[in-house]
Amino acid sequence: MDIPLSDLHNENNSVATGDVDQTPMPDTRPLAIEARGLVKQFEGTRAVDGVDISVPQGAIYGILGPNGAGKTTTLRMLLGIIDPDEGVRRVFGHDNPHQIAKLIGYLPEERGLYPSMKADEAIAFMGALRGLPLDEGRKRGRELLEKHDLGHAADRQIRQLSKGMAQTVQLLGTLVHRPKLVVLDEPFSGLDAINQGKLERMIRALAEDGTTVIFSTHVIHHAERLCEGVAIIAGGKVPYAGSVEAARDRIPAQVRLETRAADGKWRSALPEDARREGDFWYFSLPESGIETLLRALIEGEAGILSLSIERAGLHDAFVHIAGEAAARALEADIAAEAAR
Amino acid sequence: MSADNPHPIMQSSRLSTLQAAYVIARRDFLAILFSRAFLFFLLGPLFPIIVGGLAGGIGSKVQQGTASTEIAVAMNSADTAAMIVTSKTLREELGGYIPAMVPLAEDLSDVSPKDILQEQRAGYAAIVSGTRAEPVITAPQSQIDRWRGPVGLVSATSLETSPSQFPEIGADVVATSGADVKRSRVQTAQAAQMLLFLLTMLLGGMVLSNLVEEKGNKIIEVLAAAIPMDAVFLGKLFAMLGVSFVGIAVWGLTGTLIFFGAGYETATFAAPAVGWPVFFGLGIVYFAMGYLILGSLFLAIGSMAATVREVQTLSMPVTMLQLLVFFFASYAMSAPGTKMELAAAIVPFSSPFAMIARAAQSAELWPHLLALAWQAVCVAILIKAGATLFRRRVMKSGPQGAKSSKRRSKLSLRRKDKSQIATHY
Repeated sequence: MDIPLSDLHNENNSVATGDVDQTPMPDTRPLAIEARGLVKQFEGTRAVDGVDISVPQGAIYGILGPNGAGKTTTLRMLLGIIDPDEGVRRVFGHDNPHQIAKLIGYLPEERGLYPSMKADEAIAFMGALRGLPLDEGRKRGRELLEKHDLGHAADRQIRQLSKGMAQTVQLLGTLVHRPKLVVLDEPFSGLDAINQGKLERMIRALAEDGTTVIFSTHVIHHAERLCEGVAIIAGGKVPYAGSVEAARDRIPAQVRLETRAADGKWRSALPEDARREGDFWYFSLPESGIETLLRALIEGEAGILSLSIERAGLHDAFVHIAGEAAARALEADIAAEAAR
Repeated sequence: MSADNPHPIMQSSRLSTLQAAYVIARRDFLAILFSRAFLFFLLGPLFPIIVGGLAGGIGSKVQQGTASTEIAVAMNSADTAAMIVTSKTLREELGGYIPAMVPLAEDLSDVSPKDILQEQRAGYAAIVSGTRAEPVITAPQSQIDRWRGPVGLVSATSLETSPSQFPEIGADVVATSGADVKRSRVQTAQAAQMLLFLLTMLLGGMVLSNLVEEKGNKIIEVLAAAIPMDAVFLGKLFAMLGVSFVGIAVWGLTGTLIFFGAGYETATFAAPAVGWPVFFGLGIVYFAMGYLILGSLFLAIGSMAATVREVQTLSMPVTMLQLLVFFFASYAMSAPGTKMELAAAIVPFSSPFAMIARAAQSAELWPHLLALAWQAVCVAILIKAGATLFRRRVMKSGPQGAKSSKRRSKLSLRRKDKSQIATHY
């Protein structure tokens, strides 16, 4: 079933389903992707269990979770590579993403190119799969390779390229037909720091041109730096989907306080779960706000030596939302990748 | 989407299945055609043909060499000359039946014929001594049995006791009798069936290795995301069909050159009932159908395998089954017009073999049109079923996605942890 895009704006679409927290994103852009209640089972096990995601057009959106959480399966369902057992997905309003394959670019986690193909041919072939004529694909391929300092590799076979160069060639092949939606599965995986930086710049440039970018990652920093929206996925479920800012706001800011007085009336201004470590007190900022806290501390003669307020990061939000075990799994994935 | 007011982004769509299949087929065809592996694949079957041809030629030469016997004549000089002249004359008429005769070497004139042969002092097959009226052959028994008659004829002719002129015999050649036609056409049918079977089996296996390579390259997901899996399936099948035709053209041309070069003639096989041109045309079409049917089956098998070893294991039962089907079609050929032949023509896997045999034996063409239509339907069904299975199996889980239930059980434990962590916060 196809629905008009006009019905797919993002104003009232973030209705929570079950225990999923759908925080509305503050814009009315039409949706590039909308998924409701996606379920996929493999041999009786629910790899994805009721995923809801809404991605507005032009956004950079991250799917964040440890390996095995269901990120790849979710992306494959969104792209129509596999069909969900339950739920609906719409890409630019289409139930069948294959109907608009020309508008989509996809970089799978397991990179794959024909080893005997030349770099420019490989890019042109990937464009041809999305409807770009081969000659135009070759021309654009050479231009893209030049632009990314790989002009010298245009006539070289993929098997003659380094792993990083081959990955770049595949990424360029994903973009050669100028898609409106780019889906990247763990795009930073296997890249060194320099190439990760290049990729981040490339993703930002795509979004600036109005392209919607959705990528999966198990590295929180990438999502935090790039994304305006994230879906946190763990165990096949999405406990949070919404803006990064809203996710961070889920956790009160953390206060670090150093006082001259060891005790006194001011202590009643601190929350009950405030903990002392050395000379410092650590506690969540009370709901009454910083001004009330400061007033209570001054009037209670705490003798403030230093006070800092730190806003929670996405990592803290992830731990808060997905659980500490999921966060540990993320860190283990990163460590394993670094070891590789 | 709304037809009245389409969003600009919707104006683009996707490649049709045939367009997408063409993209895949073109890539695969060119990649395989210009690969070293294909060169060796192409040359592989040529080696036995060329070696066989050469061996046959050499063998024939050797045979001729060993067969070119000379008989030495050790008579008085007049008789010797007469025997040699007569043998030459007779050889012109009777060919190899009459042995070539040469005078005994002068240096052996003092040695008895028996000693010459026993001591192998010369390469004569036999030595004829005595006189023309009473020739004596000295040779092993087998040679004596062989040459007794011809030597007697030469002697008698030289003494003019045998007709020196042979009557001219008219010839009225009959290629074959009615019973022979039937028998020869069966031979043609058998040869065509065997060729068709060998080609489909040999080339059908190529689809498998191609698919495994694709999985190894991990590009299958890129293809599955961009185009329908049916198109991937179709493109691969037709690319391999194109490659097969190239192979057949090369092998066919080489085989034909060797066939005619070796002195065979088309009359070696009886002309098929539908005539050679139609027979060749049907052969190509039935090969294509047989190949597509088998290829789609192999592709479906390939989708279930991850390694070449797995492919070989999985394809073994199919190969055996195909062999049985071939035997079935061969057996059915011997009973034209029976239910057995009809069954062989209906079962999709044996249909091409049964029908090519029929083309050799029966001149009717309409059954072929019917069979081809049926086979086309079967090909379509098999491709669709194979593509569906392929899609399900190939994209069954993510690279990390469905690692194991063990992994998931850990995740479920993490979810239990969550409540504890939340309490802490």
